[in-house]
Amino acid sequence: MKKKKIIITRRNAIITGMATLSGLMLTGCSKKTPPTYGNILRMGDALTYLAHRTLLPGQSLVKEYDHSAISSFPATGTTDPGDPKGKYYNKTYRQIHSSAFSDWSLKIEGSVSKPGSYTLSQLQGFPSRTQITRHTCEEGWTAIAEWTGVPLSHVLQHAGIKPGARYVNFHAYDGYIDSIDLMDAFHPQTILAYGMNGQALPVPHGAPLRVRVETQIGYKSIKYIKKIEASDTFVDYGVDTGWAWYTGI
Amino acid sequence: MHIADPNHITVKHKRWVKLSHWIITISFFLLAFSGFVILMCHPRLYWGEVGNDLTPALFELPVSRNYQHGGWEKTTAFFETKNSPVSSSRTYDIWNQNGWGRSLHFLSAWFLVVTGLSYLLWGSLTGHFKRNLFPGSKEFNLKSIGIDVKNHLRLTIRPDSGGPNYGLLQKSSYLIVIFFLLPLVALTGLTMSPAITAAYPFLLKIFFGAQSARTIHFFASVALVLFLIIHVVMIIISGFKKQMRSMTWGK
Repeated sequence: MKKKKIIITRRNAIITGMATLSGLMLTGCSKKTPPTYGNILRMGDALTYLAHRTLLPGQSLVKEYDHSAISSFPATGTTDPGDPKGKYYNKTYRQIHSSAFSDWSLKIEGSVSKPGSYTLSQLQGFPSRTQITRHTCEEGWTAIAEWTGVPLSHVLQHAGIKPGARYVNFHAYDGYIDSIDLMDAFHPQTILAYGMNGQALPVPHGAPLRVRVETQIGYKSIKYIKKIEASDTFVDYGVDTGWAWYTGI
Repeated sequence: MHIADPNHITVKHKRWVKLSHWIITISFFLLAFSGFVILMCHPRLYWGEVGNDLTPALFELPVSRNYQHGGWEKTTAFFETKNSPVSSSRTYDIWNQNGWGRSLHFLSAWFLVVTGLSYLLWGSLTGHFKRNLFPGSKEFNLKSIGIDVKNHLRLTIRPDSGGPNYGLLQKSSYLIVIFFLLPLVALTGLTMSPAITAAYPFLLKIFFGAQSARTIHFFASVALVLFLIIHVVMIIISGFKKQMRSMTWGK
């Protein structure tokens, strides 16, 4: 008798477990949290995103290293949007590069009370943060570098981010568009970097300004940014390309 | 009695054991396949925190056209010191299918982890591990290990008992897979995640860094594939049809 009782409990537990699991996934669907549900594969990414946001302590810092740990660093993806022979050539970038980024500025728009733009020296005048962190590329390699920049949270607050904003979308000169949620945008180590290893950020690594999202895979740290948009909707580059929107894993 | 009498069967595989076995089997195949696709993108393995095309590798596997492609511009030093780390731009269009490869890997990993944890829970609560997997103290002695090894070497494999009436080496290999290799492969996998290691930095410590974790992940996977091959061979030798029946819907 007792044995039978256990079996029923077990089966019920499995059914409850399954229901909870699908319930979690459904919640993700109905609330339209990223990533979008284009296909089955992205269900896993959605579950990972949900699990990370639910289970992980949100603002824990990634490991920071000693100066001696700085390593060689491959430049991949777009390595110069000003190269006319390049796949993602941008004429404007070529012009601003030739004037040493003196007439470059970062646009901020969307759900902010003070939309506008910031020059490089304005950004450099903000409180800065320097961090030596590990870059984890989706390809499988890692590299350590020192990054100097202004915390993204500072810029967003300076521009007066509105309560309705839920995502921060980045637009780059090479045509790349991507976004992060506010949890990552307000992470203390998420910075807009203008310096690398004590020098001005080199062109292959995203000059004059790149994002560093240390809690996600390398491709979220987009290079050559020209515009930031706070929004209640997110840009999902991966709908067409198949790449995951959330890559904390 | 060492060789079980196939006509005297009392214990059968439990339904939850069969179910979790097959879910884990499918997710393992998908993980091994997508894991190989991911490895093909960067077939170099390292030790420590850092490893990339501009740093030395432990070894490199000739499994894709990315193998030693050498498509890099002249390097630029970051510092004016003698052995300064360098930067270089890639000129070679690498083979990269990680978009779906990674997503498939993580989706399958969810099935493996959720099923695996449920299995561990039921296994402890129902006494399945104690009853069927942990060798008894009488069973676990040099003499019986010796006999079992000898029998395996002679390929005198006991016929299928139709249930969890396992031999000594069989129990040991299952225990290694369940309590060592699968947890190891899952934990080293998590150690490659920047969000996870931000929350749980001890993972980087116990596996000696992100790249070491990747290398251990690779070797643990290879060990699991070897186990799978031996497992299938043993099933064939001990009676494929009957084994499959007792592990599926058979009586």
